[in-house]
Amino acid sequence: MHFAFTDEQIMIRDSAESFLMEVSTSQAVRAAMATDTGYDPDLWRSICRDLGWQSTLIPEAHGGLGLGIVELVALQEQMGRFLLCSPFYATVCFGITSLLVAGTESQQAEYLPKINAGMTATLAFAGAASAHHGGQWDAAAVDAVYEHHGDHFILNGTLKYVVDGASSELLIIAARRTASVGNDGISLFIVPASTAGIVRQQQPTMDQTRKQADIVLHNLHVPESALMGAEGKAGPQLQQILNLATVALAAEQLGGAQTVLDMAVAYTKERVQFGRSIASFQAIKHKAADMMTRVEVARSGVYYAACVAQEALEAAQGRPAPLAAELPEAASIAKSYCSDTYFKNAGDALQMYGGVGFTWEYDVHLHFKRAKASEHYLGNGAWHRERLAQIVLDNRNGAAA
Amino acid sequence: MKLSFSAQDEAFRQEVAGWLQANLTGEFAQLKFRGGPGDEHMFQAERQQWERKLAQGGWTCVGWPKQYGGRGCSIEQQVIFFEEYARAGGPGRVGHIGEGLAGPTIIAFGTDAQKQKYLPGIVAGTELWCQGYSEPGAGSDLANVKTRARFDAQKNKWLLNGQKVWTSLAHEADYIFVIARTDPESSAHKGLGFFLLKMDQPGITVRPIQQITGTCEFNEVFFDDAECAADDIVGKPGDGWKVAMGLLGFERGVSTLGQQMQFQNELNEIIAVAKQNGADKNPVLRQRIAKAHAELKIMRYNSLRMLSGQSGSDGSLQKEALIYKLFWATWHRDLGELAMDVMGPESQILEAEPYQLNRLQALYLFTRSDTIYGGTNQIQRNIIAERGLGMPKEPRG
Repeated sequence: MHFAFTDEQIMIRDSAESFLMEVSTSQAVRAAMATDTGYDPDLWRSICRDLGWQSTLIPEAHGGLGLGIVELVALQEQMGRFLLCSPFYATVCFGITSLLVAGTESQQAEYLPKINAGMTATLAFAGAASAHHGGQWDAAAVDAVYEHHGDHFILNGTLKYVVDGASSELLIIAARRTASVGNDGISLFIVPASTAGIVRQQQPTMDQTRKQADIVLHNLHVPESALMGAEGKAGPQLQQILNLATVALAAEQLGGAQTVLDMAVAYTKERVQFGRSIASFQAIKHKAADMMTRVEVARSGVYYAACVAQEALEAAQGRPAPLAAELPEAASIAKSYCSDTYFKNAGDALQMYGGVGFTWEYDVHLHFKRAKASEHYLGNGAWHRERLAQIVLDNRNGAAA
Repeated sequence: MKLSFSAQDEAFRQEVAGWLQANLTGEFAQLKFRGGPGDEHMFQAERQQWERKLAQGGWTCVGWPKQYGGRGCSIEQQVIFFEEYARAGGPGRVGHIGEGLAGPTIIAFGTDAQKQKYLPGIVAGTELWCQGYSEPGAGSDLANVKTRARFDAQKNKWLLNGQKVWTSLAHEADYIFVIARTDPESSAHKGLGFFLLKMDQPGITVRPIQQITGTCEFNEVFFDDAECAADDIVGKPGDGWKVAMGLLGFERGVSTLGQQMQFQNELNEIIAVAKQNGADKNPVLRQRIAKAHAELKIMRYNSLRMLSGQSGSDGSLQKEALIYKLFWATWHRDLGELAMDVMGPESQILEAEPYQLNRLQALYLFTRSDTIYGGTNQIQRNIIAERGLGMPKEPRG
């Protein structure tokens, strides 16, 4: 038992920190969020070429770094701190995890090297139920449909809230066999986003630091070679992918929550009223102490979930991993706590900044908006707590929920 | 970063669990899950017997070095011991102040003579300790101690005069460690001494305080020329604050894992009630139970982070340790409220006269103290803001 980063993991974290401090400045974030893709393609190329972050989870056999979720989480935390606008989350946390969990050997051999070389990818799964009150974010919410015709599939439907859906080069699409329900009948397909029959509609979003799109499928023809795993049996795998992506998102929220704390503390130390720095008032200090408490608790939760997620990923590849079955619970613990933490901390920071926190000029609003967006994406605190309640009170395993 | 324990540690876990299973039986079976917070007044004599039983098995002071009679367990093994102890329903330890506070202080700052005199009784579970810190005028402002210690050359003894308050176990303890002012002209944390006194003497009077639960777990302790042998001062006169604060450094959080297992037992009891009375179908209570569950689980990993990490070179606490008291105390107080809300109107009906509370009712009332003792939530927030975030110190009057 050693529940702390190894020296190598500290090095990964620290070099990410110094790199992002250079490149993901307020000015850079604001420039990126004004573009159509929502990121700077030169920066992404440099990340892929010089740092190889996109290769973190890719096994060495496919030219990757062969690292794990703990390293991924260390990176995600830093990207959250600096609000990095990039296709990293969609490509790695959805694209690569999908290939690792559900991809066939030939799909892995075809696509992992391409992603290694900088190709972007994302996962489209959420159906109309995700827009219902409180949202529904598990595999059962898939409502795009497919039919099997001879040597190909025909897909129809609308997939909502697809992260970087308009810019990704590769799409992993979840659809269900017509008339199937729940986790049954779900299949995953991997297709180039440019395939005829796919219409991508970028959505204007309150949080401008991460783009979302609706993806509409009109009789999309997909060859059998694009099917990931066994037809109609991908429900549990999709759930696994979502749980992994949930842990990664929680890590990003943790980073954001840390940043707004750091920003607010620095600002209140500078700001003088009544002849003293406002950081000397207990009303401010106690708010900051609560923010730090939430951040540290969130960090413990995220690192725990990262260790569990790593084991789950190993189990998916057939290696023994005693904690693997805890993934749905760990993901919900991390996401519920981090969702609340990032939002509360961003709101508190805005309050501590006072009037300037309400302006477009200061950066607090970027986090305040990102916090709410990330909170609702993949299930908010209440949704994940209900998932936990099912585990604790109803003896239901979250994996089947 | 790795969560699983080694095979060797898992074998140790089996050993602890096996011993408890074999020994927490017979006359001791009635002690299971008893004597925790809010229940500390129960089975005093039986729990003292149990402390000796533990000692015979070598299960007291497991984290102490072997040369002082401890078991010399690694951090991992200590974690495992406290977890398994609480999992088995091991009763609240009457010896915890000696084992966790007095002993480590004497080991770190005491003379060889003090070590020989006091450590064996703690290890054997035969001598109990209490802590004389707080006073009526020294609560959050702990350094404002007024109890005086004057050296009487004729008697060759220190004589203490003053009053301590909120002294847990004072009515059962054999010894008390006290911070008192050796320099009458001094103020705040200067000019204090750290003294070891026998409780059974004419100069000490113990008066129990009836608390919100109706029971008496802590006391007022009055010193009227109470005597302390010349060589029973730990450190030099004037070093008292340093010695007293040194205690905080010893508590790296190992025993918190056991405390959390007790919390888990309490949460399990609340969940059982919820399933029985239908509260488990109420969406609001489901949210609160899930939140309690999630945060307790994180609490465990926060403690493992505390144990795996490095403290600052100056002995300062890491951030995850700085926030720990505020976090657990608030969580536990909320758990008490959750217990009542899950029980509903039935929470208002007592077990029996006179004012006999069930365990969840006692939990509800007792946990109001968690956010007050050992540094109130407000003091914790000052500490976090000042030491963790470098915000300006409170101006002093």
